[in-house]
Amino acid sequence: MVARGVPQTLRRGLTFWRRSIQARVVVSTVLLSAIVVTAVGWLLLRQVERGLVDHRVDAVLVEVANEDGQASQSLKAIPATDSDASRQAQSLYQGLQTSGSARGFSVVVVESGRGDQPLDDRGPEASTHQAVDSVPTSLVRHFDLVPAGELAPHPAWTYTTIHTKTGPGSFTSVPGIAVGSQFLIPADGSTRTVYYLFPLDDVQQSLALVTRSLLTAGVLLLLLIAALTWLLTRQIVTPIRLARRVAERLAAGQLQERLRVTGEDDLARLATSFNQMATSLQRQIRQLEELSRVQRRFVSDVSHELRTPLTTVRLAGSVLHEARASFDPQAARAAELLQVELDRFETLLVDLLEISRFDAGAAALDLDDVNLADVARRVVDSTQALADARSTRVVVSAPETPCIAEADVRRVERIVRNLVTNAIDHAESRTIVVTVAADDQAAAIAVRDHGVGLAVGESALVFNRFWRADPARARTSGGTGLGLAISLEDTHLHGGWLQAWGKPHEGAQFRLTLPRWANHPLRHSPLPLVPEDAAEVVA
Amino acid sequence: MTQAEDSRARVLVVDDDASLSEMLSIVLRQEGFDSQVVDRGDEAMDAFRVYRPDVVLLDLMLPGKGGIDVCKEIRAESGVPIVMLTAKGDTIDVVVGLESGADDYVVKPFKPKELVARIRARVRRNEVPGSDTLTIGPLTIDVAGHAVTRDGQPVSLTPLEFDLLVCLARKPWQVFTREVLLEQVWGYRHAADTRLVNVHVQRLRSKVESDPENPEIVLTVRGVGYKAGTAGQQ
Repeated sequence: MVARGVPQTLRRGLTFWRRSIQARVVVSTVLLSAIVVTAVGWLLLRQVERGLVDHRVDAVLVEVANEDGQASQSLKAIPATDSDASRQAQSLYQGLQTSGSARGFSVVVVESGRGDQPLDDRGPEASTHQAVDSVPTSLVRHFDLVPAGELAPHPAWTYTTIHTKTGPGSFTSVPGIAVGSQFLIPADGSTRTVYYLFPLDDVQQSLALVTRSLLTAGVLLLLLIAALTWLLTRQIVTPIRLARRVAERLAAGQLQERLRVTGEDDLARLATSFNQMATSLQRQIRQLEELSRVQRRFVSDVSHELRTPLTTVRLAGSVLHEARASFDPQAARAAELLQVELDRFETLLVDLLEISRFDAGAAALDLDDVNLADVARRVVDSTQALADARSTRVVVSAPETPCIAEADVRRVERIVRNLVTNAIDHAESRTIVVTVAADDQAAAIAVRDHGVGLAVGESALVFNRFWRADPARARTSGGTGLGLAISLEDTHLHGGWLQAWGKPHEGAQFRLTLPRWANHPLRHSPLPLVPEDAAEVVA
Repeated sequence: MTQAEDSRARVLVVDDDASLSEMLSIVLRQEGFDSQVVDRGDEAMDAFRVYRPDVVLLDLMLPGKGGIDVCKEIRAESGVPIVMLTAKGDTIDVVVGLESGADDYVVKPFKPKELVARIRARVRRNEVPGSDTLTIGPLTIDVAGHAVTRDGQPVSLTPLEFDLLVCLARKPWQVFTREVLLEQVWGYRHAADTRLVNVHVQRLRSKVESDPENPEIVLTVRGVGYKAGTAGQQ
């Protein structure tokens, strides 16, 4: 459940991301600003830190000089008769320690000139044991380099980390400054090195405060930028979304939809241009509709005007044909040709008128429940004469149960008649099988012949108007070349499929599939397009 | 000679195209019919009353008065078979023609044999054998007298509608497909335009049913055809 929920949320998020300009602009602006704000903040913080530390170092050095002065004073004040060096050193340490605990620094005092020994082994006097560890070795080495019996001319300092014991076994470490200076013990002329350890925790606290302020300011700035970007993009995106909605309605056929134009800015001009486009589209569509209406009218008129004289010619031709026995042979043959060609002319005219009716969108369905098995049998009965003439057997293979589809029976019969006569034309006197099948979603008729078949790619061409497989082939049954094109239009009118399969010298199969209810979506056909016997050949 | 002329079936041709009318007359004469031609819609009724034809061939587009109106006027006076000649095979044109009272239609251009077959079928009425009386729902059908009464009131039916009703009433247990009805009532084989049956069933219903929207006498069997209602069957 969760596993399925996460990708779905992710997908929804991605979709939102892809679709929303606003989201993308806001997020990218905020990201860029965040990078800039972080860089600026970091630089600022470094500057402040350096300033604070430098200031503190100056103060520390002044303080050390001060302490050094006092310690020197007290050492000088010792009478020359006093020869107890260790007491003098002790008092030096005591003085510094007292002032250190009052001012917040630690001191470590060691005898100078005992190089190469760790500070711990030099018998240090220290405020705390940890203070000894905190003296950096670089500083110790600096004083070790001073020759014995001499004093380093200046105090030296460096940064360090100061460890403080906070409880048994636990320490805290704060950054600090270590300053070293040397003193001469008057009693024996030996020198002592004093290390002062100043913690920088107050600087650190100030820095933390500054960091917090900068962070807060940065976050607030980012929020402001996000809000501003969101507002700005909203101003642009809202009219675009409105335009999109209107465009969708226009596309859905509501041609009177227009955008509301307010103001004179770029968006208002966009809206004006959009509306002009919509008006021009509407006008052109009206024109096309008008043209289509005129075309339909024209077809209807042509139909009437052409049919009446053709009927007269037809009747006259028949009368001549009936009477041809009393003509001389040439006139009799002429009467026969007249009759045959009139038949062809009539079929062609009827087909042309039918196809122009489809083109004009004037074809209408007269729907009823149709049993395709009955249709197949009727068509096979009515094409019996043609089949006999070509000594071809046509067999119907239909289930006992009716194969019902909601359809226009005239059109379905026309489709099936076209398929069957077409098959008879190309079957080369081999048996033709008309298979009917149905399920609860669709009904289908397949017409299978074992004649010349179709070459590769021809199964897509057979439905083209006036297309012929072989132009050199004799036009035997007098087909107009429009039959399959009309059948395809008829099928589309029902929302059905009409498909062809064929292989050279293995015959062809045409399959008509009609949805159980007209114009319901078709997903499958109850019959295979490639006939089973052909599939075996392939296997 | 006079005897022979009288025995010939009379066909009234109403068409504005002079050549077609003349050609039709020639064909009809060859096939043994007597014919008369009218070329205007508004003259059709007078000619009809004088000539008393057995069949009317009626073009739909006529000067003076439309073929549909002529059809309705003839129907108001007589049950004589009317065959429409139409240049438009569209469903709507055919249905309008049939609904205004025509028995059959032929789409131009037609073959002469097709037309003659239709005229013959209309002239040579299927003589219904027997002289019994049938009852179907509230209807009583006197087959020999060609009369139908509904609760004692006479109902006026055209010969074709009468034949259709008798065909259904004879076998109330049987469902008739449209094709069977075309064969038995119209006398056609392989002429499978079932719109003829649909429109005539509707016309019959409008005359004999108390509520044509909910028929009780002529019932539709979806996907198959029609049957006589069993309500009140004896």
